[in-house]
Amino acid sequence: MQHVEPSIPKAGQPGPRASALSRFFDSDLWYSFTRSKVTMLAGFVTLLYALGALLAPWIAPNDPYDLTKLTLWNSNLPPMWLAQGNPEFPLGTDDQGRCVLSTILYGLRISLGVGISAVAISGVIGIALGLISGYVGGRLDAIIMRIADVQLAFPAILIALFVDGTLRGMFPNAAREASAFWILVIALTLAFWVQYARTVRGSTIVEKNREYVQAARVIGLSSFTIMRRHVLPNVLGPVLVIATINLGLAVLTEATLSFLGVGFPPTEPSLGAMIQIGSRFLFSGEWWITLFPGIALAVLVLAINMLGDWLRDALNPKLR
Amino acid sequence: MLAFIIRRLLQSFFVIMAVGLLAFTLFRFVGDPVNQLVGQDTSVEDRERLRTALGLNDAVPVQFVRYMWRAVQLDFGLSYQFKQPVMQLIAERFPATFELALVALFLALAIGIPMGVYTGLYRDSWLSKTFLATSLVGISLPTFFIGILLIFVFAVQLKMLPSFGRGQVVDLGFWNTGFLSRSGWLAVIMPAITLGLFQMTLIMRLVRAEMMEILRMDFIKFARARGLKNRAVHFGHALKNTMVPVITITGLQFGSIIAFAIITETVFQWPGMGLLFLRGVQTVDIPIMAAYLMLIGVLFVIINLIVDLLYFAVDPRIRSAAKATG
Repeated sequence: MQHVEPSIPKAGQPGPRASALSRFFDSDLWYSFTRSKVTMLAGFVTLLYALGALLAPWIAPNDPYDLTKLTLWNSNLPPMWLAQGNPEFPLGTDDQGRCVLSTILYGLRISLGVGISAVAISGVIGIALGLISGYVGGRLDAIIMRIADVQLAFPAILIALFVDGTLRGMFPNAAREASAFWILVIALTLAFWVQYARTVRGSTIVEKNREYVQAARVIGLSSFTIMRRHVLPNVLGPVLVIATINLGLAVLTEATLSFLGVGFPPTEPSLGAMIQIGSRFLFSGEWWITLFPGIALAVLVLAINMLGDWLRDALNPKLR
Repeated sequence: MLAFIIRRLLQSFFVIMAVGLLAFTLFRFVGDPVNQLVGQDTSVEDRERLRTALGLNDAVPVQFVRYMWRAVQLDFGLSYQFKQPVMQLIAERFPATFELALVALFLALAIGIPMGVYTGLYRDSWLSKTFLATSLVGISLPTFFIGILLIFVFAVQLKMLPSFGRGQVVDLGFWNTGFLSRSGWLAVIMPAITLGLFQMTLIMRLVRAEMMEILRMDFIKFARARGLKNRAVHFGHALKNTMVPVITITGLQFGSIIAFAIITETVFQWPGMGLLFLRGVQTVDIPIMAAYLMLIGVLFVIINLIVDLLYFAVDPRIRSAAKATG
């Protein structure tokens, strides 16, 4: 574990910005990124997806949520390069006459939004519990880790399904669709916090016996300050790897839940919900409704997974 | 040895109690069981009478103990939606899920192990690289999308395989099997591939990593020095030693297979437990969810326990470590 100087700039006194950027481009991480063409491709693809999701309202050819523009006249049109295709809908339309490409772009917003929120929230919870568990120890540690043990015995998708089902049970029917976003975020958060907690706890136990932590304790800093300023920066490497891999998993899990019909409603479909809608039309020959969102999802997850693989190797001191 | 087993058993017991508490909380506090059972026009007094009759007015710990006691006797109450005992619903569907999981696991092992051995032995051949690249794609493709692709190619385009259901099922009285008819075997092919693909890539990667590690060890060099044939070294020595982790992971993965069967069963409308559970989640049929949670929990705990004990029996290092620490 490389020791990172806790060089957090003091409040009120902004750190030198340009040098931070140039430091990033000088770093080993950036160097190893530019060394691997596959990783750069994956990074580029991920960036494209992020831009597509962010800019969806401006770059999408149509607005899939504007019910006044939808006509059944335009439903189930094939992609534009086939006979009967319409250049207005490059990848064709679905059963309600929604442009497939536009719905994918808007769906990407939802999928990535849920994924990033879930990864961020579960990350904060997991890191906090891991730090406390590792640093404080004792009975608190035992309780947190027993809960983690029980949960780790089950696959994440199963936990997400249970939480999702329970939360849906607590909401009345009408509120279910409106709160789909947060139901999914909570379900994914509860499914994914364990790994962070486990990893951070492990590294914290190693770090807390190092000299610099003992020194901080000797000069009388509070436990909270030591955890935040001294231990945290040194356990973040593995967390970054888990966060990346979990982002891929979270997007995949959300898609799965939506596909199973317990995620986003078909009126505002995420990628998974689109695939589910389209799968009903496979037999009547309208393959584009399900295939294009599926490919979009698979490429996104593949790119994120490749970034995660690279990050794991790049941050692993054994492989340096 | 005995202390180890007792400690593991106690641990398992606590996990099951924790899962049971969760299932009970779900059953008792999410939605009102009485509202689900009676019609709109039932009077308040009737509802109260039913409430007392069901024991819902007793102290909560009493209710918990009663719930667990019934669960031990496999009584999980009536499904809100089907108005039938949950256990009966699950028992009817269990053979379908079990047979699907069995075929999927068999496929994963029968294809994954040879692929792992090959990629471990010939690391730089183009075939190995193809296998590895495909496995990365296989992991990134969502399970349900693989199923849809298979349906699209083999059912819609080529019209070779059925796209849904179990085919013709033979009733053996206590078990209904799809293994005794041609249509049953045809129907299981695509769901089993969909379900087993992820486990297959996992097993392949595991065997590959283990093979590479073991082939570097001294006893392999010694075996070669003794002049043993490649085949004897690779299969008699190396592969045999990779089997312990493979057995462990396979055992642990069996639980995942059951979990992922939910997705596969939805794609192929396979009439199993997963489909039932999903219908339960969709319609907020709490007794089904709670029962499924309990059963899956017990299944996982038993698998984990068996794997641990097997490990203990197979690997002498763990045995001596346990002896040293008591």
